[in-house]
Amino acid sequence: MGFVSGIGRATLLFFEATGRLAMFTALAVSHCVRPPLYLRHIGRQMVDIGFYSLPVVGLTALFTGMVLALQSYSGFSRFSAESAVATVVVLSITRELGPVLAGLMVAGRIGAAMAAEIGTMRVTEQIDALTTLSTNPFKYLVVPRVLAGTLMLPLLVLVADIIGVFGGYLVGVYRLGFNAASYIDRTWEYLEAMDVISGLVKAAAFGFAISLMGCYHGYNSRGGAQGVGAATTNAVVSASIMILVFNYLLTGIFFS
Amino acid sequence: MTVPKIALSGVRKSFGPKVVLDGIDLEVAKGESLVVIGGSGTGKSVLLKSILGILTPDSGTIRIDGEDTTHLRPRERERVMRKFGMLFQGAALFDSLPVWENVAFGLIQGQGMGRREAREIAVQKLGAVGLTPEVADLFPSELSGGMQKRVGLARAIATTPEIIFFDEPTTGLDPIMADVINDLIVKCVRDLGATAVSITHDMASARKIADRVAMIYKGRLIWVGPVSEIDSSGNPFVDQFIHGRAEGPIQMQVRNL
Repeated sequence: MGFVSGIGRATLLFFEATGRLAMFTALAVSHCVRPPLYLRHIGRQMVDIGFYSLPVVGLTALFTGMVLALQSYSGFSRFSAESAVATVVVLSITRELGPVLAGLMVAGRIGAAMAAEIGTMRVTEQIDALTTLSTNPFKYLVVPRVLAGTLMLPLLVLVADIIGVFGGYLVGVYRLGFNAASYIDRTWEYLEAMDVISGLVKAAAFGFAISLMGCYHGYNSRGGAQGVGAATTNAVVSASIMILVFNYLLTGIFFS
Repeated sequence: MTVPKIALSGVRKSFGPKVVLDGIDLEVAKGESLVVIGGSGTGKSVLLKSILGILTPDSGTIRIDGEDTTHLRPRERERVMRKFGMLFQGAALFDSLPVWENVAFGLIQGQGMGRREAREIAVQKLGAVGLTPEVADLFPSELSGGMQKRVGLARAIATTPEIIFFDEPTTGLDPIMADVINDLIVKCVRDLGATAVSITHDMASARKIADRVAMIYKGRLIWVGPVSEIDSSGNPFVDQFIHGRAEGPIQMQVRNL
């Protein structure tokens, strides 16, 4: 009996959580398209997410591009396909590694910060205080973050794409002895607009997921420091999982 | 007969199996200062949050100025919230904003006032709670507990609300600072002509700021009367509470070690 009721309880909890998240998402999106928007806050969040994530995202992209060039060279030289290195680097970065790795880094940096900040505001009654000051906490806290996350991640990924390809170029030309001009030619030769665009669309979806998860877990955190800690962990883990799942689904939609 | 400022009838609220409010009937007249007393965990905070609409009661109605506000849509709720100011127990200042923006928050965000004008009013309100203009540019984390409470009070009165709530205004303060806050509350409420509802378990504070006292126990109001009659209530629960005795009808469940 205990076994069956355990399954039932878990199922109910799952659907309850799914429903709550769906309602939170619907509320967030509906507030995004209704005035008033707090432009100051959107601007501040955009700087926080876009500009201040540049070092960590840039570094990740640079080393990913460099490693990619090294690995594909050592692998491809086994069947004399070294000339494909530039193409492999640019396609891997723009389609997959740029958006996914930038997304994961931003999930750790921004998703955690959002959950911790909003969670602390929840447990110290600052969110209730917003309500008593006739300010909708959704509009004031959630909308700027979700909008900024969705808008800034594609821009971040665009920069990451360029830096990643540059990393591959550095290794290709200075370590592996490719001719600089022909490496650049190779980079452009098989690149299509769709490769980059699909990566940017993914980035927007990841940015939405990261900021939504950060806000959702922070907003629903309970019970002091421990609750905020749990909210932060949940935000990062769930955002990372959503990034990986969305990545698969979107890749399936784009390239099937 | 005049319409009471706040009227609750049959308000019930439970969290899971735990009944927190068990049929509250209460009226607060315009300009009156009501203090709700009661031990920890007796439902005082839930009562305030229900009137504010942060929590929705399971049954019963809450009327503000005769208008049923129990199930308002968010937009209408914002309109009703303009009548309210609240001082939170932990002050609940926005730690990302400087003091003056905290005080001016309701003016800037709620009423759309210009920042320059709102700042002037904020500095003036800070003066009303005994803080100098230099405090305006500090951040809440740089203030002592007593100063944070005063900034919270300034924020609560900044929009000149008709109804002000005080959630444990003196908890965690030394006796002198507690009395300063009590005096400020009395002064601010009188100056604004506002209706005040406070919850506290500090009897010195209750005696000072109350016109009328209501005692809540196990989710019910067990005694309501003028503050002058509190010493002759004849209610053993009230007597135990105001004298702070461990023995009496209210028993704490304590097991032997």
